[in-house]
Amino acid sequence: MSARPRLFVATRKGVFTVERRKGRPGARWAITRAQFLGDNASMVLPDRRDGRVYVALGHGHFGVKMHRSPNGGRTWEPCATPTYPPKPEGVDDREPNSGRPIPWNTELVWALETGHDSEPETLWCGTLPGGLFRSRDRGGSWSLIEPLWNHPRRREWMGGGAELPGVHSICVDPRDARHVRVAVSCGGVWETRDAGASWENRTQGMRAAYMPPDRQYDPYVQDPHQMVQCRAAPDVLWVQHHNGVFHSTDGAASWHEITTVKPAVFGFAVAVHPDDPDTAWFVPGISDEHRIPVKGGVVVARTRNGGKSFQVLKQGLPQGHSYDLTYRHALDVDQTGDLLAFGTTTGALWVSENQGDSWVAVSEHLPPVYCVRFG
Amino acid sequence: MARVTFTHTIQRHVACPPAEVDGHTVREVLERVFQSNPTARPYVLDDQGAVRRHMVVFVNGRQIADRARLSDPVPADGEVCVMQALSGG
Repeated sequence: MSARPRLFVATRKGVFTVERRKGRPGARWAITRAQFLGDNASMVLPDRRDGRVYVALGHGHFGVKMHRSPNGGRTWEPCATPTYPPKPEGVDDREPNSGRPIPWNTELVWALETGHDSEPETLWCGTLPGGLFRSRDRGGSWSLIEPLWNHPRRREWMGGGAELPGVHSICVDPRDARHVRVAVSCGGVWETRDAGASWENRTQGMRAAYMPPDRQYDPYVQDPHQMVQCRAAPDVLWVQHHNGVFHSTDGAASWHEITTVKPAVFGFAVAVHPDDPDTAWFVPGISDEHRIPVKGGVVVARTRNGGKSFQVLKQGLPQGHSYDLTYRHALDVDQTGDLLAFGTTTGALWVSENQGDSWVAVSEHLPPVYCVRFG
Repeated sequence: MARVTFTHTIQRHVACPPAEVDGHTVREVLERVFQSNPTARPYVLDDQGAVRRHMVVFVNGRQIADRARLSDPVPADGEVCVMQALSGG
């Protein structure tokens, strides 16, 4: 909770707070705090419900650790980190592509979301190698959602770029605290309607171009890069997938592919307008074997009609020899739907105050950006 | 008693002063240290209780062989050093 617009930015080398100050346009947004400098911050979550902020750090030597702030990021304290239960003797749990054993160990915090408004102390956390966790006490402790971890199909989840599978998107239905959808790279979309006690795959219609023809519509091998849900119309979900964009208007019961995204269908990040389900933004790049902007120009693609057509937004963004890539959590839209921000692998951070029509650079010299969130 | 020391790089996150504890194996020695300093445990051991991938443990100058069960013996006056590996930075 903040009187003025504020951004939290998790990077390879620390967490930055960015605030909009009074002043002339273009100079309004400024970094006001740099914290955890030198540490690898995979995720940051400002909790609008109570002003707390959560950060996940991945120390190369000492493992994943989480911290929380009771006061909007002014001070921090360590809190609990999701921990896997002891792996039973004799269990043969291997990543299907490499054949290597799946470590029952939190390798990365890849998703962090607040629970339903009716559960003000609840948080959800997605990790590599695929465990979903829930906290009922604001990060004081975590429990593995065992029905999903023990689901027989979980053993089919594959690594993608990260080599291990992971839960990166968590959408708590605003109509029902017990109704949660998660997306997995690579394992498709999963849904519970009973607060995690049982899970069903909800990936019907997604296509995996990286699989042989007879397996391309296999729901268990899909690689959604990110999934978002419209706050005002929760049956509408958008997915930026490894080989395209997919859209659902029936609460993830089915998905249809959108092939008209310009200038490319590849990317990691997607954001949906909180009140208009037909408006969504993407940060496209040349397909998976390159992962750089098309023709060296950074652009954002926006649809205002549910994916029927796209506008390419580039005012204020560099259009020559730019090699920025935006990861899945590094694009965000605020609660009004007017403010957007995205960060990149080469340390740039841009903000728009007009739904993407134009952009201003906050910095072009940050560490690689993993997560950008208004709050 | 075995003497246990920790890399200086861990001290930024959690204070790990040198300790003298009883124990016949690396597991026994380290768990005794962590009994009185539980915050330090997940910095050194992973969720399964194995030595973290980019940490290393030496007993009298020799790297331990059993990183999963920590069954390497520790002499009564052994020196146990918990270090960070060159990898993982």
